Amino acid sequence: MTWLLVLAGGMVGAPMRYLTDRAVQARHDTIFPWGTLTVNVVDCLILGVVAGATIHGAAPASGQALVGTDFCGALTTYSTFSYETLRLAETGSRFLAAANVIASVVASLGAGFIGAAVVGAVWA
Amino acid sequence: MPSPPASPCSDGDAAPSRTSRRHRARTAREQAPVFAAVAVGGGIGAVARYAAGVTWPTYAGAFPWTTLAINGVGCAVIGVFMVLITDVWTPHRLVRPFFGTGVLGGFTTFSTYAIKVQRSVDEGHALLGLTYMMTTPLVALAAVWSSAAVTRRLLMTRRSSP
Repeated sequence: MTWLLVLAGGMVGAPMRYLTDRAVQARHDTIFPWGTLTVNVVDCLILGVVAGATIHGAAPASGQALVGTDFCGALTTYSTFSYETLRLAETGSRFLAAANVIASVVASLGAGFIGAAVVGAVWA
Repeated sequence: MPSPPASPCSDGDAAPSRTSRRHRARTAREQAPVFAAVAVGGGIGAVARYAAGVTWPTYAGAFPWTTLAINGVGCAVIGVFMVLITDVWTPHRLVRPFFGTGVLGGFTTFSTYAIKVQRSVDEGHALLGLTYMMTTPLVALAAVWSSAAVTRRLLMTRRSSP
C-alpha cells in the first residue's frame, strides 16, 4: 500500500514542480533559476510543518510517510538544482552560481526550521 | 533545469478571444504528453528513492548516507544525461521531461535533505546536522561537474579517434 502511495505522490509531485517552475520562470527575464529555488523552499516549509506536526502528535506518523517522503520528496529536486548551478558557473555567471547554492541551502533549511518551529509553537 | 522555450502561442494578447481560446486548447494538447511524461517519470523516481530508503534505512542520530547517496547519484546521472542530449543526440521531445524532470527530479530530493538537517539539530546532534548540511551540496556539485566533464572528455576522445 505504501508503495502505491509513494508512486501516487511522485506522479503528483513531479508535474506540480514542473508547472511551478514554468510559471515562475515565465515571469522574469534573468538567467537565475528562481523556479527551482521557489519550489525547493516552499516545499521545505511544507515538509517542516508536516515533520513538526508528526513530532508533536498533531498528525499521524503515516502522514509523515505519505506527505513527507513521497509527495514533498518528488516535489523538490537536487539534480536540477545542481545542474542549473553548473550551467551558471560554465556560462560565466560564477557569482550567480554561488548565490544559487547559498540561497538554496540557507532558504530551504530556514523554511524547514520555521515550518517545524511554528507547528511546535502552536501545538506545544 | 532551464524551462523549455515559451510556446509561440503564449504571446497572443492582441488576438481575438476565439483565436486565443483555440491557441490555449492547442497549447494544452501539446503540453498534455509532456505533463504525462513528467508524471510517469516522477512516479518511477519517487518509487526508486523509496526503495533505496527501505533497502538502506538510516536511523535517528546516524548520518543520512542513503539520502546523500541518492542525491549524489542523481546529480551524477543528470550530468551525463544533459551532455548526451545537448551534444550528441537529439532525443524525442518527451525524453528530457520524462527522464530529467520526472525520473531524476523525483529521485533526488531537497526537502528530505533540509528536514534531516533540522531533525538532527532538533534531536541534539548539531554537529551531525552541520556536517550533513555542508556535505550534500559539495557532493552534489562535485558529482554533476565531474560526470559532465568526464562525459565530454569521452565524447571528444571518441570523435578524434578514426
